[in-house]
Amino acid sequence: MPKRVETVVLHDSSTPVLGDIEKGGSVIVTTIDTVLNQARANSLWPLTFGLACCAIEMMSTAGPRFDLARFGMEAFRASPRQADLMIIAGRLSKKMAPVLRQIYDQMPEPKWVISMGACASSGGVYNNYAIVQGADQVVPVDVYVPGCPPSPDALIYGIMKLQEKIKRGQSPKSLKDLRMVEMTPRHLEEVNV
Amino acid sequence: MEVLKDVVKPVIAGFGITRKRLAHKKVTFFYPEEKREQYPRTRWRHILTRYDSGLERCIGCSLCAGACPARCIFVQAGENTDAERYSPGERYAVRYEINMIRCIFCGFCQEACPTGAIVLRKDFELANYQREDFIFTKEMLLEPMPVNPV
Repeated sequence: MPKRVETVVLHDSSTPVLGDIEKGGSVIVTTIDTVLNQARANSLWPLTFGLACCAIEMMSTAGPRFDLARFGMEAFRASPRQADLMIIAGRLSKKMAPVLRQIYDQMPEPKWVISMGACASSGGVYNNYAIVQGADQVVPVDVYVPGCPPSPDALIYGIMKLQEKIKRGQSPKSLKDLRMVEMTPRHLEEVNV
Repeated sequence: MEVLKDVVKPVIAGFGITRKRLAHKKVTFFYPEEKREQYPRTRWRHILTRYDSGLERCIGCSLCAGACPARCIFVQAGENTDAERYSPGERYAVRYEINMIRCIFCGFCQEACPTGAIVLRKDFELANYQREDFIFTKEMLLEPMPVNPV
């Protein structure tokens, strides 16, 4: 698990620059990392980023019936400086993409992203000029949650997958993992050959 | 007297609301430990079903792919032979792939299917880390063989 890296961002935060956010190596011994990862996984602070109807399910996840507070993440923050998990809930239009990227850049590291629902993850039914075909073209996404919209328990399952990932000590995806092309079965075949 | 009216009385009234709320039934589902019962018409993960004989129901007609509003189903059909028989009809699906991340679980494929091959069941635990893992192939979607085929 890399330690905290201070990056001086010289460029406009909405333009993707792929090279400059290089993660540093591990400095302190691993046991502290384990404790840190446990703490991080059990106190994720999500950022409210409701873009469309998935936000309703995200809100009901925080409500009493499913009660996100059981996972230590009831504090939905409106400010990116105080959040470390971004839940992209809803379709991401091309006009919204720079805003999303800027808010992602403003979050302190380490930070994770959950792409909630078909539209945020891949564009869903909106395969048109207005919608970004997958939020992973703009920000690196750690966990994808399919569904239209995912029910609160499906979202909680995605959050649990993310917690597993953090507890295993895997670093969050970096800007190098951005995907510019959508993978269809045909593309995958070409890759595998 | 003023203190009694302005301070003590509202405080007691406020605790009264707390006491009333304490008597409520608990509504929280402790999801990972206990799963809630899904509603009868819930649509989640797709399953390709089989007949009792073990033959696949899918005949590779691509009607599901045509009905899909997200265009996330891909079907490639092949001819059955007597030596290699997968479905009772003439044709079967050689490849059947669903891009699960693009699917909106509308159930139109289930409605369009003439043989009832593709059904949407209630398994909602689909989240994953990589986008490539969401392309469900025929092997992943197909029901396991019945234990003793008729």
